[in-house]
This record gives sequence, structure tokens and C-alpha cells, in this order.
Amino acid sequence: MSATSVPGGAERIRQGSSIGQPLTRRDGPLKVTGRARFAADHLPPGTLHAALCVARIAKGRVTGLDLAAAEAHPGVVAVMTPGNAPKLARHPDQKDGPFVFRLDLLQDSAVRYANQPVAVVIAETLEAATEGARLLAPRYEAESPRIGLDAGTVFTPPAIGVGEPPEEGRGDVEAGLGAAARTVAATYETAAQYHNAMEPHAAVAVWDGDRLTLHTPSQGMAMAQGRLAGLFGIRPEDIHIESPYLGGGFGSKGMVSGPQVLACMAARLVGRPVKLVATRAQMYGPMGHRAPTRQTLRLGADPDGKLTALDHHTLTASSAFDDFFEPSGGVSLTLYASPAIAVRHEAVRLDTGTPLFMRAPGEASGSVALESAVDELAQACGLDPLAFRLANYAEVEPISGRPFSSKALRECYRQGAERFGWAGRPLQPRQMRDADGLLVGWGMGTATFPALMFEGNARAELRADGTGTVELGAHDMGQGAWTALAQIAADGLGIPLERLTFRMGASNLPNAGIAGGSGHTATAGGAIHAAGLDIIGQLADLATNDAASPLYGAGNAGVEARGGRLYRRDDESRSERFEEILARAGRASLSGQGKASADPAAQKAYAMHAHGAVFAEVKVDPDLGQMRVTRLVGAFAAGRIINPRLVTSQYYGGMIWGVSFALHEHAAMDPRTGRFLNDNLAAYHVPVNADTPAMEAILVHEDDAVVNALGVKGVGEIGITGTTGAIANAVWHATGIRVREFPITLDKLLG
Amino acid sequence: MNLFEYTRATSLGEAVAAAQKPGAAYLAGGTNLLDLMKGGIAAPAHLVDITRLPGLSAIERLPDGGTRIGALVRNSDLANDPDFAETYPMVAEALLSGASAQLRNAATAGGNLLQRTRCEYFYDPASPCNKRAPGAGCAAIGAATRIHAVQGWSEHCIATNPSDFCVPLAALSAIVEIAGPQGSRTVPLTAFHCLPGAQPERETALGAGELITALVLPPEAAAFARNARYLKVRDRTSYAFAVVSAAAALTLDAGRIVEGRLALGGIALKPWRVAEAEAALAGRRPTPETYAAAARLALAGAEPTGAANAFKVELARRVAARALALAAAGTPARMPALPASPFGLA
Repeated sequence: MSATSVPGGAERIRQGSSIGQPLTRRDGPLKVTGRARFAADHLPPGTLHAALCVARIAKGRVTGLDLAAAEAHPGVVAVMTPGNAPKLARHPDQKDGPFVFRLDLLQDSAVRYANQPVAVVIAETLEAATEGARLLAPRYEAESPRIGLDAGTVFTPPAIGVGEPPEEGRGDVEAGLGAAARTVAATYETAAQYHNAMEPHAAVAVWDGDRLTLHTPSQGMAMAQGRLAGLFGIRPEDIHIESPYLGGGFGSKGMVSGPQVLACMAARLVGRPVKLVATRAQMYGPMGHRAPTRQTLRLGADPDGKLTALDHHTLTASSAFDDFFEPSGGVSLTLYASPAIAVRHEAVRLDTGTPLFMRAPGEASGSVALESAVDELAQACGLDPLAFRLANYAEVEPISGRPFSSKALRECYRQGAERFGWAGRPLQPRQMRDADGLLVGWGMGTATFPALMFEGNARAELRADGTGTVELGAHDMGQGAWTALAQIAADGLGIPLERLTFRMGASNLPNAGIAGGSGHTATAGGAIHAAGLDIIGQLADLATNDAASPLYGAGNAGVEARGGRLYRRDDESRSERFEEILARAGRASLSGQGKASADPAAQKAYAMHAHGAVFAEVKVDPDLGQMRVTRLVGAFAAGRIINPRLVTSQYYGGMIWGVSFALHEHAAMDPRTGRFLNDNLAAYHVPVNADTPAMEAILVHEDDAVVNALGVKGVGEIGITGTTGAIANAVWHATGIRVREFPITLDKLLG
Repeated sequence: MNLFEYTRATSLGEAVAAAQKPGAAYLAGGTNLLDLMKGGIAAPAHLVDITRLPGLSAIERLPDGGTRIGALVRNSDLANDPDFAETYPMVAEALLSGASAQLRNAATAGGNLLQRTRCEYFYDPASPCNKRAPGAGCAAIGAATRIHAVQGWSEHCIATNPSDFCVPLAALSAIVEIAGPQGSRTVPLTAFHCLPGAQPERETALGAGELITALVLPPEAAAFARNARYLKVRDRTSYAFAVVSAAAALTLDAGRIVEGRLALGGIALKPWRVAEAEAALAGRRPTPETYAAAARLALAGAEPTGAANAFKVELARRVAARALALAAAGTPARMPALPASPFGLA
């Protein structure tokens, strides 16, 4: 066995039969027949049920719990509080890495945000645990919470997002604004949002001595192992996580959350398996969220509509006790050409849970402000919004000056506009009506998301019967990894998909990196591809050095694998079945390993982003303000497309989230108490089918020889970016009213 | 969920007797009550399941031309009953604009009248609420009260009634049939729900242990079949409570309105029906001016509870006027694909 490393672009992908095919989900039948076992479906013998008791204040401390009442409730086995919680090997506030966030694990009586767990009741039934938690009726010493962007003291955080600088730029923005023929200065507000994955955070924890088995949804099993190992003082390899299916994650399952750890602590306390499933409301607090933002943009343009300056200031919020700062300004660094760009972030600290990564963190909130402001400036210049964007097309990454590894954005604009029928759009608002008298508006936005890659590993086996196995600890959040990664694996081994055994979703498989940052296909897929290369390399060695093979003497570089055969590159008539090569060599199987990570040299030399253009049509009732998105066309270029059906679904999902961002999502909190007013799916609106328009996603061809071995960019998050701004711009075009506070609700359009 | 007793009643007499126990509550579709129990808002000691009671699941056309709706008729069955939908189109439209298909399949006609307010503070046991704990105070007052009342509220409670169904029922002068320990009685729907006043904990005309057995639409309600609409403005296209809604029904003759009915939802703790507004319709030509005048009267005295719901006064006027215009234009031949929506009008 030898390890093969595939830095970006070093090896080109072979032609295969699986990549590029619009296969349906391989796990689909399991899911629609209920046979796919999600974390909460597990109930090992002897399992007890745990329920969280959460704080109903946002700041202060717990002064008492009615332990007697809870313990006396029939079925209650134990109540875990700071007084009896198992000791941890390290304090959960200790930070020792970029992805380690502080957790509330019953270490003391302090309350840092509403819905913070303050006790766990463990019982024979879920009903008993739930009632026991209610009976605890915590007493508090409450302080006034800081809620809302105006509540805290403004400061400049040392870093935003994942270690990015809070201030970046080049050129003289003030001079650019001073010289501009037209300027726009506007402030946009985006609301706090919660991930609301359909599947709640669930954990079924089973201890065997110092070994832990945990069924829990995870976007990053290896990171979870590391975090849990540190907290419990055990080895990561003694923690086994099963996470074959997630009912959505969207960033909220990237890092193990407090309640998931509490399940493990509870199982330790009672010496039996424990199942803990957070309620919907309990997911509003300890699982992260998208922080609110207030973004002020100042843009200037010359008489031809070319940007002279772009200033993007973001005010956002983190929790009182930890750091995550929504990097909203990042989009302004890469999207439009301007001689002067300044991006700054400031923040306040609020008495909420710590905000975290939420689908397109930074890009989603930043894009809506930037795309709105660009639309406002286009209007001020008397230019069509698409013409304005083309006039300010960034041929190189504006701040760094680096070339793009690939950028088919111009083609996205062209194809999207054509399909949508953008030509002929009136420049002025409130010009179009439908047959029923509803106002009609058209708007557009540019989509962008970086092509990220993490470090991933995979192993593969090819057997003498021509079948193969590929396995790695990859994650399927619903995006289709079970299918797309298997397609890459089949092609990597050069065998048809039906001869492949593909395994993923467990932590005892090679660490495939996190499913986040839209980088999982590049990372896990890259590792799979490398593992396949390792095996095919060994196979080629056997064949080309064997005088009995038709490939004898072809040399390692001179063959390619497909359909279970090795072919000579320069002579397709000479080929041999894998089975024959292995049989003659007397080998029962070959094993290979692969590893993939971003190529630092390529990253330094190139800017790598996916791009897209989204066009939206909205209709608005002129008197009643009620609005509806009626059409969305998104054209996206994201490198090689592994499975067009799944990618289309990802784009649809992203665009629907854009509808949600523009018109619906808003976590309402009472500023007096810090408690949520809509921590349920009846009141926290996301789009339903009737809100979901006719949608089209165009997969624009893009070759990228640099970004990574497979040439793939991410598709998971880009759909939100661009879409929200396109809808906001369409609402303006329909009504003439520019709403700068999101979500756009009907009361803001009544005029 | 707390421990409670459960009785599955097999006769009306048995149900009413069982409900005399302290802390008893009737259980029908459970679409609201079970949520309240899970949230710690309601904690009945005894649930009396009435879903198996005989004789409460029929939709009957009465000899006098009225219609009797059994209390256990499911929302979806009622809305999809062809005769009912043709005779009382705005009632069917209101039902189909509410909740989701799954909820409508479970929710009952009688239960719809008893659904509790969606006030966020009512649902938060940690907040004071005069409905849950009389005298505790009202946390909604002084908050961002977007969904709260602009008519009929008091300094003790500013909640709204979330029902769609009740709005056209009020406009059509429906009668509520009630059984109780002292026998049966009837109450007009417009008198069934209580405004908060000084006793917001008193929500309906039902006495202890009383049970809704039916809703009766009087004979004259059928006269509006050709000109009746329900219009519901909401924050998303479906599966949302009304921000403001209106039921409007007209009879027309020779280019004039003979009789008009108008009730508003989402603005008060009961369906809001104003006699003066309806009087302003009778005998007038069906014109925008007529609708606007009636709408103004329907909102007479309206007052927002704060900045967040100030828009609802003007919005309610517009919704009322639009609903009247839609009614005048005629009941659509088919139920719109998006019932009661500004986007499903044709």
C-alpha cells in the first residue's frame, strides 16, 4: 500500500462512465421507505431518555432548581446539574483551535443566553424526562440582557469568519467617492437567522468503559472526535461516531454542540445508553445561528458607470463569551472591479448563543447588501443592472490582483439573462403589471462563493473478481454525497458503479474532512480520486511489467482504466480486464490510499471562486403589499459537475433559501428578556411550496485545471448568494420602494 | 407532558359527565390543545376524547334551508363537501386558506372556535399573561406587537383570535349549539368569543363542562352564494395565520347591493363585524367608494397597540374594501388554487 497525494491540478481526471451522469440518489429508496436510520432512530437496549431544562433568562445565574419535584416524578432516573455532572478533563470554555467553540456543559450556575441548558433530566421515557425537566422550574437571579445591534459597545474584532482580517482594502475610497459622478450611500439590515435543519440535533450515547459510541448527525466526525476526546480525556480513536445520514446541517452540525455532549455526560452519569433529542425551540441558542448585520455601503461611479470606490462597513454581533464574526464584507473583495475598495467589520457582544457558520456565512448576508447597493447605483447612473455589472466585471480578483483559476461569470450573465428574458426590462420601477393588476418587477444579483478545500483521506480496494470498495468518513447532509462521491469512486477505480461497494458516514473510516464551506466534494472526492489513482498505478505496474499482458511495456503513464479494463492510451485495441491482471499476478486484491488537500502554491497564485447570475421576478399586490416570487433563473459556473441532477437540486435549495432570506427568515427576540418569540416552525417562517416559484438552474460549463484534481468547485452555498439581492431588487422594480431591512415584509410595501 | 387521565367518551351524556371533573378538557382534533400541553400552557388533569361520539360528524341541510355542521366535522371534509362549498363558498375558502392539509384533516369545526390566540407571550410560560394567570399582567403590551389587535383590546390583553373559519361564520350569523350539564342552548357566533375587557381569561361563552355540538348556518346565509369571498393577507403564501383577513358577502339586485355582510379577522380577539359598515352597503351601488365607506366604518375607532401594528388599521381597510370588490365581482366558478390569496383570485 502506498499513499498518493494529489495536489491541485497535478493529475487530470480519467474519463469514466459515472462522473457527469444525472443519477438519482442511491440512498433515496432507503429514505422514502423509512429504512435509512437517522441518529434518533437508534435505541440500544436499556436506553434512557434525556430532556434538557433550559434557561428562560438570557443573562444571570440559576439560584435554584426543584430537584425534589423532578426526582419524584415517576420514571425519572436522575437529574444532571452542575452539582453532579461528570467531571470533564478540560473546561469547555478552553479554546485550543480555530474550530473549537465554548460550550455550556453544566460547569456552573451562570446563564449566558436564553435556552442555555441548565440541567438534564434522564428518565425511562421521553415523557417522564420532559415533565421532569419542566418540574425543575429554575429560579434565577436575572440581569438585563444586551439584545440587538444597538445594545452593545462597538469594537473591531481581531479576526472575522475563520481568521480573516477585519479590515481589508486598497486604493483611496474617499478620493474615489469624491471623484465620482454618482454615489450611493445606504444601510442594510439583515436579521438573526437560525439553521432549522429538519432533523434536530440528536445524540444516542453508549459508553463501554472509556469507549464511547455516539449516533449523532455530524458534518465533521473527526473534529467531533477530537472535541469529545479532549472533554472526556480519552483517545479520539476510542470514540466511534455513526452519522450516515443527516436531515440537514447547514453549518449547525459542523462542530459538536453542547446538548450533544450533554447526552454523553448523561450516559456516563447513569451508566446506561442515553438518547437526547433537542426540541425545535432548544435549537435556538446552543447550536449557533447567523448573526444579525447592519451593513453600510458607499459606492461611487464615473459618468460611464464604472466604479470609482466601494466601501463596505459591517456591524455584526457575537456572543458575550465567544468569537464568531459574520464576514459579510468578503464579497466586496472579489466581485466587482474598483480602483478603491475598503471592507471593514465591527461588532458588539450580545447575550445570545454564539453565532456560527450558517449556509454561506458572510457571503449570504454580504451579498444582499452589495447586490442591493449595486442596483441602487446602476439606477442612479441610468444603467441597466446587468449592463452595470458587466461594466464593472472583475477580470482579476480586485484586491489581490490574482487571476481567477476560472471564471465563466460572463457566460452566466448571458445564459441567465437570455433564459429569463431580461432584455427589454424597463429601467424605471413600477412599470409592469400582470393581467390581474399585480405589480411585476425584475431584479438580478451576482452569485459568488469561494472554492474551498480541506484535507481529506480515503482508502480503496480492488479485488480479483473485478469488484472494488472505497471508504471514507464522508458526510451526507442531504446534498447527495452518497451518490456523487460513489460516482467519483467508481471512475477512480475504473469500474462500473454496480461493482463498487461504497462506505461512508462513520468515524472509523479515513478522515474525509468536514462537510462545510461547499468543499466536501472537492475534498472527499479528491481523496477518493487519489486512492483510485494509487490502485490503478499498482495495477498498471503489474500489467505493464508482465510479458503475458497485452499492456506489457506500455509504461505506467501510458494506460487508463475504465469499465473494469486497463487500456493503452495510444492503442485502444490493447487492453486487459482487471481480473486477468490480478489473477496472473496471483493477487487477491490491491489496496490503496488517497489524500487530498488544497495546493498552497495554486492558492497563492490564483483566486478561486464559483460564480453565478440570478434573475428574479416578483409580483406584489399594489394595495395590500403581499408579495410572491414568481420566477427564478439562476445560471451558475462551478467547475466540473459530478452529477447534474444533484447539483441542480443544490442550486434550487440555495435559491429557495434566498427567497427565505429575502422575504421570511427573522428570529424575533424580546429585547427585555432575550427570549425568542418565534422559536417554532409555525412562527419562524421559511418558504412553503406555495412560496416556491418556477425555478430554473442553468449549469454553465466551466473548465478549471487549477482548482483541484477533479476541477470541481462547491455548489452547496452559492445559490443563496445573488438570489436574495435579486429578489430585493425585483421588489424595488415592482414597487419603487427600496426596502433595506430584511426580511422584506408586506407592511414595508404599503406606502 | 404531564400525567393526565384519559376518557374516550361513547355518548354525549358520558362526555359531559366526564368533563365535570376538575381540570377536565375536551379533546377533538387536538391540533391546538396538544401543542399547548407540550408547551406547558395547558395542563388538563383529565382529557375527555370526544372524537368517537356518534352524531356529531354530519353536514345536514335543514328543512328551513339552513345547514347544521356537526362539531366533529373535519375542516377538510367540510371545505371539500361540494354542496357546502357551493352554498357557502367563503366558508370553504376560509377553511382551505388555514393551516396545512394535514392540520385541516385533523382539525374539527367545533375545535376551530376554541383555538387559542397565537400571541407569542401567551405561548411563553415565563412571560406574564392575564389569560394564563389573571392579574399577572400582559407582557405583550409594550413589545413589538405586530400580530396584535387594533380593535377591541384592553389594557389587560391585546391578543387576536387566529381563526379563519370564524370570520365568514360571523358574517353569516352562524349559531353555536352547545350541550352542557344543564342541557342544550344556542349562542350566536358573534357573541361566542369574548373581548378581553378586564377578564381576558374568559375567552368564550362556554360554561364549565359545556361542549360545542354543532354550528348552524341560518337559512338566509345561503342567499350570498353567488357573491361571497374570503381574502387573507399573510406573510407567506400558505401555512400562515392572517395578518388581516376579511369575509365579504353581498346580495345584488338591479345594480344595487341589497344586503352586505362584512367581517374582519386578525384585528381583534373575535371576528370583527360592524353593523354600521353593513348598513352602509345596503341599497348602494357596488362601487369602490361604497366599499371604502364600509371599510372605514368597519375600522371606526381602531387603534394600534404600538408602532409595530399601526399598519394594520389601513391594511384592514384595504382588505375589507378589496374583499367587497371581489365579492361583487362574483364567486369564482372553482375554488382558486391558492384560496383567499391575492395571488389566487381568478
